[in-house]
Amino acid sequence: MSQAVIDDNEVDIVIGALRSDLTTFMNEWRPIFSRFHLIIIKDPDLKEELKIPEGFSADVYAKADIEQVVGSSIRFTGYSCRYFGFLISRKKFVVCIDDDCVPAKDNAGYLVDAVAQHVSNLQTPATPFFFNTLYDPFRKGADFVRGYPFSLREGVVCALSCGLWLNMADLDAPTQALKPSQRNLRYVDAVLTVPARALAPLSGINIAFNRQAIGPAIGPALRLSGEGKLRWETVEDIWCGMCVKVICDHLGLGVKSGLPYVWRTERGNAVESLKKEWEGVKLMEDVVPFFQSLKLPQSATTAEDCVVEMAKTVKEQLGKVDPMFSQAAEAMVEWVKLWKTVASA
Amino acid sequence: MADPSPKPVPLLKDQLDIVIPTIRNLDFLEMWRPFFEQYHLIIVQDGDPNKTIRVPEGFDHELYNRNDINRILGPKANCISFKDSACRCFGYMVSKKKYIYTIDDDCFVAKDPSGKDINALEQHIKNLLSPSTPYFFNTLYDPYREGADFVRGYPFSLREGAPTAVSHGLWLNIPDYDAPTQLVKPRERNTRYVDAVLTIPKGTLFPMCGMNLAFDRELIGPAMYFGLMGDGQPIGRYDDMWAGWCVKVICDHLGLGVKTGLPYIWHSKASNPFVNLKKEYKGIFWQEEIIPFFQSATLPKDCTSVQNCYIELSKQVKEKLGAVDPYFNKLADAMVTWIEAWDELNNSSEESSSKQEPNGAAK
Repeated sequence: MSQAVIDDNEVDIVIGALRSDLTTFMNEWRPIFSRFHLIIIKDPDLKEELKIPEGFSADVYAKADIEQVVGSSIRFTGYSCRYFGFLISRKKFVVCIDDDCVPAKDNAGYLVDAVAQHVSNLQTPATPFFFNTLYDPFRKGADFVRGYPFSLREGVVCALSCGLWLNMADLDAPTQALKPSQRNLRYVDAVLTVPARALAPLSGINIAFNRQAIGPAIGPALRLSGEGKLRWETVEDIWCGMCVKVICDHLGLGVKSGLPYVWRTERGNAVESLKKEWEGVKLMEDVVPFFQSLKLPQSATTAEDCVVEMAKTVKEQLGKVDPMFSQAAEAMVEWVKLWKTVASA
Repeated sequence: MADPSPKPVPLLKDQLDIVIPTIRNLDFLEMWRPFFEQYHLIIVQDGDPNKTIRVPEGFDHELYNRNDINRILGPKANCISFKDSACRCFGYMVSKKKYIYTIDDDCFVAKDPSGKDINALEQHIKNLLSPSTPYFFNTLYDPYREGADFVRGYPFSLREGAPTAVSHGLWLNIPDYDAPTQLVKPRERNTRYVDAVLTIPKGTLFPMCGMNLAFDRELIGPAMYFGLMGDGQPIGRYDDMWAGWCVKVICDHLGLGVKTGLPYIWHSKASNPFVNLKKEYKGIFWQEEIIPFFQSATLPKDCTSVQNCYIELSKQVKEKLGAVDPYFNKLADAMVTWIEAWDELNNSSEESSSKQEPNGAAK
C-alpha cells in the first residue's frame, strides 16, 4: 500500500502556548511545521508577550481574540486554550502538540515527522472490530493476518490519532514521583487501532484528529478545581478522550494509538504536583466505570447529537458524585453550541 | 532512587512442557538447543505412524504417533485431527505441567534489532507470570515491562490486572497471511520488530496463531482444542483460529487475560499458497458467520470452570452454526469428546498414567 500524500491545505497545526517563549519549540519543529499553517493560542492566564520566531505561517490568538469570538461562556485557560484553535480552524485535519515537546528520533536516528505520521494515520482506515496481530494492516510491509474476516478489511474512518512520548512519558504524578529517574526510551514501531468498546486514557500531549468527523466531541469539559499548568495537574484530555472513544464506537469511527513519538522535555516536579493531581486520580475511579457502561441512543447519529446526549447522562449520573461533572456536562453542551455557530460558519 | 535491577526470569523447567507437532523431522531443534534443552518435550507425530522421527540427542521427551493417540483415547481419538498440525492439542491433553509452549517445526531463533538471539521461551514466561490488563487499554502497552508503567488516567483500582492465560508471540520473515494475501504478496516479509507486549482488551477477538504460543494449562488448557482439520475434514488452517476464538470468549468470561506481541521467532517456510487456498477456502466464507457468532456469544454466570464454559460453547456452536454447515455439528460433538477425554486423562491421574505410555523413549 503506498504511503499517504499530505495536502498541506488540509492540515492546521494548533499550538496551545502555556509558556511565553516559543522560540526553541518552534525552531526544533521548523523542519516539520514550516510548510503548514499554524494556529497559536496564548493561554489567557499568561501575562507575558509570546515570542515566536520568524518564518512560519502562523495566526496568533490571545485572550481578547478568544473573548471576542466566544464571549466568556467557556474557560479556555491552561491546556484548554488549544480548543479555541480547534474551533476556529477550517481544515480537515488538526495536529496538536504540547509546547514542551520537540521532535523525536526513531531507532535509525532519523527525525520523526510527527505531522506526516498523524496524517497518514488519519488518512488510512482504522480497524476497531477485530484485532490485527500485525498491528496497522495499512502500513507498508504489513497486512491483515490469516483469520481476519474479509468483510472487516475495509475498515472505518480514523477520527483520532494518539501519539506517544519518549523521555518523559505521560505518567501520573504518583507514578512519576515513585520512579523519578524513569524515562521512556522504548520506541515501539507500531500504530494500532484501539478496539471497539475498549477504552483508553487518551493523552492530549500529541494528537491529531479529523475535525469534520469528530470536532464537536473534542472540547474543553472536565476541569479540576485545582487544575494547573502541568499535565500532572489535569485530566481534561483524558475526559475528552473517553467521550471521543465512546462516540467513535457509537458512530463506527476509529481511534489509533502508537506512532508518532515526540520527545517530551522535563518540566515541573512530580512530587509537588502530587498534591494537586490526587484529585484527578481519584476522579478516574468514577469516570471509567461510567464511560464503560455508557450507551448512546440509536437516534444520535452525529457527533453533535452524541455529545448532547452524553452530557445529559453525565449530569444525571456523575453530577451527584461531584459538581465538577455537572460543570463538565454544561461545558459540553456549550461547546456544541459554539461549534454549530463558530466552527460551521 | 534508582530503579531496582530486573529480577532473573525463572526457568520453570519442571513446570513447562514444549509441545511440537511434526510430520517431517525435528532438525530445527538443534538451533533451539540452548533455550529448550532443559525442558521436557512432547512430540506429536502426525501422519504415518510407521515412520520413525528422530529426536536430536539430549532432549528429554515423550513422542506420540497416531497409534499412541488411538490407544490412549480409544473411540475418543476421533476428536484429534489427522494430517494437520491441529493434532498438537493431544500434547496439551497428556501434559502434566502447568504451562505449555508450542512451536512449529519451521520456526527458528530470531534476532532482536541489536543482533542478539531472542530467547522466545523466556519472554513467554515473563508474559505469563505478569498480569494482563484487559479492562482498560494502556497506551504504553504492557505496564509490567521494565521501563514501562500505567499512563496518566489509568484507574488505580484496575492496576492489579488479571491473571495471564495466553501469551501469543509473533513472527519475523514469513508472515502468517492467508492464502489470498500470500498469492497477492508472495514476496512480502515481516521485517518490523515491534518492541511491545500488550493485552487484547476484553470483548475483542483476534486471530490466534499456533506457531509461537504459550499458555497456562491450568487456567485455560481445556479450551485449547484445535478442532477437526486435515484428513477427512472440509477445512484446514483454521485450527488455531478456532481455538483462539473459543479461548478469548472464555477468558473474557472468567476474567483471564490474553497477551500478544513479543517474543518473535523466525518463520522460515512459506507454505504453498494454492494448497493453502484449497484448505482455507470454506473457512474464508464460514468465518463471516463464525466471527459474529463468537462476538455475540455469552456464557451463563454459573459456568465457572473452563470445561463448563467449553461445553456450553459447544451447545451454542451446534445451535447457531449447525445451520451454516453440518461440519459444525461434527465439530460441536468433537468439542464435547475433547472435554471428556481431557477430564478422563487429567482427573484420575493414577488410572490414566498406565495407559499413557508413549512410543518414544523418555529419558
